[in-house]
Amino acid sequence: MSSTNDSDKDKRAQSGFSRRSWLRGAGIGTGAVGAGVLAPEAEAQAAPKVLSGEVEISLDINGRKRSVKVEPRTTLLDALRNRMDLTGAKRVCDRGTCGACTVSVNGKIVYGCTMLAVDAVGKNIQTIEGLAPEGQLHPVSAAFVNNDAQQCGYCTPGFVMAAKGFLDKHPNPSREEVEKGLAGNICRCGTYVGVRAAVLEAAKNYKGGSNA
Amino acid sequence: MPEYKWPPMNKRKIMGQRISRLDGPAKSSGRAKYPSDLNPQGLLHGVMVTSPYAHAKIRSIDTSAAKAIPGVTAVRNFVEAGAEIQWAGAEIVAISATTEEAARDAVRAVKIDWEVLPHVVKDENLAKVGTRAKAAGEQITGDPDKALAEADVKLEADYGIPVITHCCLEPHGQVISWKGDQLDYWPSTQAVSTVATQLATLIGVPATQINVTCDYMGGGFGSKFPPDTWGAEAAKLSKESGGRPVKLFLDRATELTIAGVRPSHYAKIKIGAKSDGTITAWQSDSWSSGGFGGGGMAPIPYVFVNIPNRRNNHAAVALNAGPQRAWRAPNHPQASFLTCSALTDLAAKLNMDPLALLQKNAGLTLRADTYKDQLNKAAELMDWKNKYHAPGEGKGTIRRGVGIGVATWGGGGHASKAKLTIHPDGSVEVELGSQDIGTGTRTCITMVAAESLGLPMSAVKVKVGKNSYPASGPSGGSTTIGGVSTSTRKAAINALEKLFEKVAPSLGVPPDQLEAVDSRIQVKGNPNKAMSWKQAAQKIGPSPIEEMGENVPAQAAREGLNTLGAAGVQMAEVEVDTETGIVKMRKMVAVQDCGLVVNPKTAESQVFGACIMSICSALFEERVMDQVTGRVLNPDMEFYKLAGLPDIGEIVVHMDIQEVHDKRGVIGLGEPCAIGGTAAIANAVHNALGVRIPMVPVTADRVLNALGNKRYA
Repeated sequence: MSSTNDSDKDKRAQSGFSRRSWLRGAGIGTGAVGAGVLAPEAEAQAAPKVLSGEVEISLDINGRKRSVKVEPRTTLLDALRNRMDLTGAKRVCDRGTCGACTVSVNGKIVYGCTMLAVDAVGKNIQTIEGLAPEGQLHPVSAAFVNNDAQQCGYCTPGFVMAAKGFLDKHPNPSREEVEKGLAGNICRCGTYVGVRAAVLEAAKNYKGGSNA
Repeated sequence: MPEYKWPPMNKRKIMGQRISRLDGPAKSSGRAKYPSDLNPQGLLHGVMVTSPYAHAKIRSIDTSAAKAIPGVTAVRNFVEAGAEIQWAGAEIVAISATTEEAARDAVRAVKIDWEVLPHVVKDENLAKVGTRAKAAGEQITGDPDKALAEADVKLEADYGIPVITHCCLEPHGQVISWKGDQLDYWPSTQAVSTVATQLATLIGVPATQINVTCDYMGGGFGSKFPPDTWGAEAAKLSKESGGRPVKLFLDRATELTIAGVRPSHYAKIKIGAKSDGTITAWQSDSWSSGGFGGGGMAPIPYVFVNIPNRRNNHAAVALNAGPQRAWRAPNHPQASFLTCSALTDLAAKLNMDPLALLQKNAGLTLRADTYKDQLNKAAELMDWKNKYHAPGEGKGTIRRGVGIGVATWGGGGHASKAKLTIHPDGSVEVELGSQDIGTGTRTCITMVAAESLGLPMSAVKVKVGKNSYPASGPSGGSTTIGGVSTSTRKAAINALEKLFEKVAPSLGVPPDQLEAVDSRIQVKGNPNKAMSWKQAAQKIGPSPIEEMGENVPAQAAREGLNTLGAAGVQMAEVEVDTETGIVKMRKMVAVQDCGLVVNPKTAESQVFGACIMSICSALFEERVMDQVTGRVLNPDMEFYKLAGLPDIGEIVVHMDIQEVHDKRGVIGLGEPCAIGGTAAIANAVHNALGVRIPMVPVTADRVLNALGNKRYA
């Protein structure tokens, strides 16, 4: 059995099926059939150039406007982590399952890995760094410390953001509501007992956004 | 010889208190910088090309197109043409670029010509693995054939526990950069003091040029000791890019495919017993795989090791799948699951409560009294007497059941050196080339130093995470707490002796008449003849006191500061919906002895976490291989399932803190509590249904398949 370079990913790259190359094809007037009418030689030259382009956008983060260069495909999470040095949100599953990248967008809790940075333009983004000034602890963070709701701590910022967002909407939750409300975040060390206690404790000290 | 031994339990002021971890605020505010969070000036992003095939030969690699992509700074094909790849995900080419996006484009542009070879990736059916199974030889004690023939009751059953992955939330990787001949290396590691030497060997530079820093790391569980290909290649990418820093962390799919697994374990087990429950014989034919290197035999029969007649046969199965790494309590959860499942099924055959069966056979363990006590304590906390019923007995479509799992582990302290400095201004620092992998090590070291010096914790600065500090062992096998608490204690007492020498003349007594209490140096038992810590420190002179302390494992038993040997019992209560097959946790109980407990708060967190890991492995986790493509089918976090907050039920942790255990000294805790839970949960399902689900995780489909046409009402 033999094959050449036939992983799906490689095929996609060779055919140049990226947003940029499609646009480039459209630009010379051949539209969606562009790849088909290009001479094989030209295609061979063009093929490896999966072109990307950066544009400068302005994001409203933690109450401040910040300029950042991103590609169309750059997620909000990658823009924060790789391009703005806001690393509280973590990249773990990178496909909207684990919640380690949780941030708040227009007051709504979202997974930073499932939103493109360009889609976040004009929206009010809050990351964990914006919860409290450096050296101070937001009441939700403080409750995580008190209840040892962290071990390695890599999931913790996502949990804190999710917990704050949950408490903003459910200021007096029951234990069952906490369990359901925070089911979108995953911890590998197994800190859930502490997390559950922390959110219930935080509910007492933190009331619906007043400390935000 | 200074007196190092721990102060008596009732005299301790800090050790034994429930202290919140010191790095908690940094972690819960998102300010803690993990290696994957570092963005030094000029950072490049590294990505690797990996094999799409489970078994294949490389005919040729063409990286010219990748090199042409704007932003790419270096492309390294470190696997030669002609090489044979033995698992999908194997690393082949490393690329660095100015953005991660460009690096990923370049990865897609690499062309590899493959000769695909046949693969074997599944091991649950030994008959289908062919020559991939290698017999490991037979072990016999006594006369198992005769004992089985003469047994009043015989159990014969098959059990299996599949491969699971570590699934560290921070993937494996590092940031690395050259400054002249110096290599600054920020790995996500469990082994700050040993990883530099290994990297030095891989890349051919002296270890003296490698500077390791790891302040925080996002989970390892046994998989993050070596520098790995990605460490070596990141160093070389950086070199080829003019020394610019390179960040290379595995993406999630690669992480779950190659960055470590816990080996599977399958066994056909026979047990013989007298009608009163006395176990007389054990026979197991087992096999396991942790990748191409096969898999060793788990220590079965587990805990009940002294069954008089035993035969073990084992085969290691070589699979074309990512390699095993140590996984929190290597081979013990599998051993506990296999043994405790079989013992529970034997109890059912004997019409005995499994609790009674284990109690009756406690003499077959190495610590009969401890296990008896722990079984009793766990039963009390579980309300076993009222909850246990004959297997399958009950009414309704929703059934409840309870089960037991047991554990044992060593956990003696590793080799560790600590340096403690008392500065003339009274400030104190402790330096160790150790690491805090989330267990609270930093906090525990601070507690030990503060306790030993009679100071508040705030007066002691603990520094870990650099290989420039005195060497301390890797954090594996529950060896850290014993090692670092001993070295810190000894360094503190040694430093205190030097301080006493400086202070003694002013207080008019010999140095050995002094003690450090409540931030004072005083004549023993006399607070009126004292000076403050700060005044005492001023007597030091211009140079600080710097003293070392060392834990030497071979001497530890004699010194008594740390020891090994921890027992544990876990019980589980589940609820099974016989119509949907869904199993829900109601309650878990963990009774754990771990000697002297430095910080009950973080220790309990370890046990809670271990119980939850057991829930993951008993009900959710399994690496699923596809025999057609040879790849992992679920290298992600939606189909590689871990428990979430709604899945854990109530968890009761009983740290067996009492004088008799405390006197043994500090014992590691991470592994022993991560062992018995899987068996306990699987056995609880058996108790609920009266039917054995032979494989974990006990998923809904496995429950429904096992129930077949059986109806519950």
